[in-house]
Amino acid sequence: MNKTQNNRAWWLVVPVLILVAFNAFIPLMTVVNYAFQETFGDNVFFWEGTTWFEQVLRSPRFHASLIRQFLFTGMILAIEVPLGIGVALAMPRKGPWVSVCLVLMALPLLIPWNVVGAMWNIFALPEIGLLGYTLNSMGIDYNFTNQPIAAWMTTVVMDVWHWTSLIVLLCYAGLSSISDDYYQAAHIDGASRWAIFRYIQLPKMKRVLTIAILLRFMDSFMIYTEPFVLTGGGPGNTTTFLSIDLVKIALGQFDLGPAAAMSLIYFLMVLLTCWAFYTIMMRNEEQ
Amino acid sequence: MTRSKKWIVPTLYILFLMLPIYGLLSMSFKTTNEILGGFSFFPQEFTLDNYIVIFTDPTWYMGYVNSIIYVVINTLLSVTVALPAAYAFSRYRFLGDKHLFFWLLTNRMAPPAVFALPFFQLYSAINLFDTHIAVALAHCLFNIPLAVWILEGFMSGVPKELDETAFLDGYSFWRFFIRIFIPTIAAGIGVTMFFCFMYSWVELLLAKTLTSVEAKPIAATMTRTASSSGYELGLLAAAGSLTIVPGAIVIYFVRNYIAKGFALGRV
Repeated sequence: MNKTQNNRAWWLVVPVLILVAFNAFIPLMTVVNYAFQETFGDNVFFWEGTTWFEQVLRSPRFHASLIRQFLFTGMILAIEVPLGIGVALAMPRKGPWVSVCLVLMALPLLIPWNVVGAMWNIFALPEIGLLGYTLNSMGIDYNFTNQPIAAWMTTVVMDVWHWTSLIVLLCYAGLSSISDDYYQAAHIDGASRWAIFRYIQLPKMKRVLTIAILLRFMDSFMIYTEPFVLTGGGPGNTTTFLSIDLVKIALGQFDLGPAAAMSLIYFLMVLLTCWAFYTIMMRNEEQ
Repeated sequence: MTRSKKWIVPTLYILFLMLPIYGLLSMSFKTTNEILGGFSFFPQEFTLDNYIVIFTDPTWYMGYVNSIIYVVINTLLSVTVALPAAYAFSRYRFLGDKHLFFWLLTNRMAPPAVFALPFFQLYSAINLFDTHIAVALAHCLFNIPLAVWILEGFMSGVPKELDETAFLDGYSFWRFFIRIFIPTIAAGIGVTMFFCFMYSWVELLLAKTLTSVEAKPIAATMTRTASSSGYELGLLAAAGSLTIVPGAIVIYFVRNYIAKGFALGRV
């Protein structure tokens, strides 16, 4: 749409600006304050420069959580994206079953995150839970509270359970914007199933898919509540992702300096990745 | 895959989604003894005791009331302020508009874990700690950018001629905006409210940090119970099952708009 130049439009944005800035600037400045200074309470601060940043960037503990975080995000994207596309392609396109599918699939998205964690904890408990009991009675030795691999698998499957529907809904929305004419034309041309997917369905899904991947990247990178309730970051530190580690340092040990420095590094990483995504998305949209 | 067999994929997927929910539901109807005694697919001694506890004990049911209060305040607030802003972004070019839009989005990307402690200090300093308003305001951090993003998408779908005709007919800006424009994008507003409701309802870290007694959300009540009074799994399961209900009701009402909203609204 061709937009008119009008600087008075700023007035319409002012309420949003005030509310978001209140919530964003003040806390962010607090974090910056702690990141560069040392405090012993009473609002007395000593300048520390970049000490905390160096300490965090060199600490093996930070490296370990970072690697775990990337591994987790990579794994869930590798499972959720193809699975989401597959389910969206197999969804009925018309009829009463469409809304039944949509309602049931959207359900996990609306469950509070700690309830998701608690639900999977109950579900996976060996001896008591449906999953834990079934696996163990099939002869598989499974106990996510003390086996690192089982804890990882359970966390990944939980996230797949929780968020794949978001990708399904987005892809389905993209697919339903394709008119029947395209399919008929493809049918007359004798196009294969793969050709239909590659040249008709995938291009239509491209934009929503970018959004889906962006959202999943951001949210999985910030994941805290679900694994915290499910495994508490354990056994040991095996499922301690960045946010869990951060909260442990900030609120558990009250090491505010390193925690603040870590927060800033963390936020910057998310920001850079999203900026790259956003730029690519905008460029595609302009074409 | 042939057309006739296609239904298997969504069916299996939905089955996978429903299993943990079933596990939670069936546990909520069991007695503590039965739960700890071992696994059973159906409750052996069907009991409603867990639900009775929740509906008669104010520390439990007030949790639901608190959650719903701040979620509703947040949803109304976010959508109200996002409407004019989204209009500005969709209709006008102005100084720094693209940068402003990206800056708004960055707030959606801020990990709540980063902000938990500063938020606590900020809201304590202005004496709003442990109020519904505090949580509603804090959730604006990620809900306003989201609302602006979705609404902007919907508004860009409305042809500009609508505005121009109305202004030629002598409508003032606000009269046009409230009488004509808002009814035109009613579906978009519905979808936006759905997403604001959803993200505010599921968030716990900030809600828990900003409250202690008066405005404590149900989700936080649950974590307290799990740790303090032993392991009352049945009660936990019943409380968890009840948190699914408001979401399910909301989904049912917006089911036809969800998919459309995702596509048009660039969520």
